[in-house]
Order: sequence, then C-alpha cells, then structure tokens
Amino acid sequence: MLINEIASNINAQIHCIEGNENIDITKAFTSDLMSDVLTIEDSDVVLITGLANIQTIRTADMADIRCIILGRNKHPSSEMLELAEDIGITVLVCPLTLFHISGILYNKGINPILIK
Amino acid sequence: MKFEYKVQGGNFSKAGYASSDLKKILKQLNVNPAIIKRVVVALYEAEVNIVAHAYNGTITIDIDDKQVRIVLEDQGPGIPSIEQAMQKGFSTASPHVREMGFGAGMGLPNIKKNADVMNITSKVNVGTTVEIINYI
Repeated sequence: MLINEIASNINAQIHCIEGNENIDITKAFTSDLMSDVLTIEDSDVVLITGLANIQTIRTADMADIRCIILGRNKHPSSEMLELAEDIGITVLVCPLTLFHISGILYNKGINPILIK
Repeated sequence: MKFEYKVQGGNFSKAGYASSDLKKILKQLNVNPAIIKRVVVALYEAEVNIVAHAYNGTITIDIDDKQVRIVLEDQGPGIPSIEQAMQKGFSTASPHVREMGFGAGMGLPNIKKNADVMNITSKVNVGTTVEIINYI
C-alpha cells in the first residue's frame, strides 16, 4: 500500500513524503520500545508508535524503516522533522490510537511481522 | 579508513549520530545492505548505551576490505556483572532512558545478535569497552 493510501485510510497528516511516494508498504510493526524495533529484519515496514522523539527517527533509520505513523495525535518536533527530511523518512501524524490504526491497516491487508 | 566520534553521556538528541554517519559511509562503499543493517543496529545500541549509562565516550571505527571494527570506550560507572547485563530483560536504565524508548534490557543481546564478534570488558567506576566486528 502506498504511503498516501495509508494516510487517507487513517486520516493522517503527511510530513516529508518527497522521494517515498512509490514505496509499497506490506507490513506493519506497532511498538513504543525502540530496542524491539531494532530486531526487525523485514523490509517495507511501517512503524506505528506513540513515541515521538528524535530517537524514533534514528531508530527507523537504523532499521531501514521509511515510514513512521505517530498515533494518539503525538506531534513531531521541528528537530524530528528536520532529521526525517534529511534521511528520507516520512512521518504521518494520526489522531487515532495505536490499536485503532493497527486494526484499520490489518483489515486493509497490511501484514504483521512474524517473530522467528 | 579510520573514523572517530565523541559521545556525550545523557545527550539523547545526538545519540545515533555516529551510526547514521557510518550507514552513509558503508552505503557509499557498496557494502551489502543486510550487512550494513547488522553493523549500524549493533553500533546504535552501543552508542545509546554510552548516552544512557556513561559520562562520555569515544567511538573508533576501522574499515578495510574485509571487516568493520568498532571500538566504543566509555568513562562511566562500568558494569558489575557482564553475565547479568547480557541477559535479556536485565536493565539498570533510568526512567528518562525508558521514556526515550530504550532501557528494556535488550541492548547488549541485540549487539551480540548483530555482531560477528563482540567483546566487552568493564571496570566498575572506571568504564566499559565494547568491541564489535562485522565481516563485509
């Protein structure tokens, strides 16, 4: 699913989309624990999180995640958006809870990550 | 090629700078993306450990045609029991570190998982040295 389609499905605002318009997101991972995010080996993953700080962006970069959804209306700081733009990570800001976002995307065919 | 980075304990806004920089360098060197991910995840966890637990530290990175060797040396409280620190779920992290999304006792196990070679030595009230080697 394209990031634009994800955003419209969950009524999210889009930040820093440039260059990521054609990424096909196939899986999602919901977590506020960045060490858990760093264990992901899959690609084309969207991260759904309520943790809005600079390490959310850094962690996504290390885990090769190109799109982050901030749930519960958590807003990114200007420092976060500057870094996201610099390294090419799209940030979606969504008013829904993490459970709600996860449920909508699961119903639309986004797959979970299977723990090995 | 040799690179050196200074890390300041407690400064979360800069945590991950060295890891991001190394990622760019390894990409430019056309290293296999799967190997790059292992290297930078291991370095990032170790870098966050310095920020979370130590007063300051130095990261030295040596890259040649066979391997990336990273040495992180910090001045800090040290680790009384490395065996205990290596156990998944064991952590002495502060509430502030947990608010940043870390401190769940996964850092050292995550480094070990992603490194081809990991060595750790520590002296209480002096500091900790972590060596990470990945073959490229």
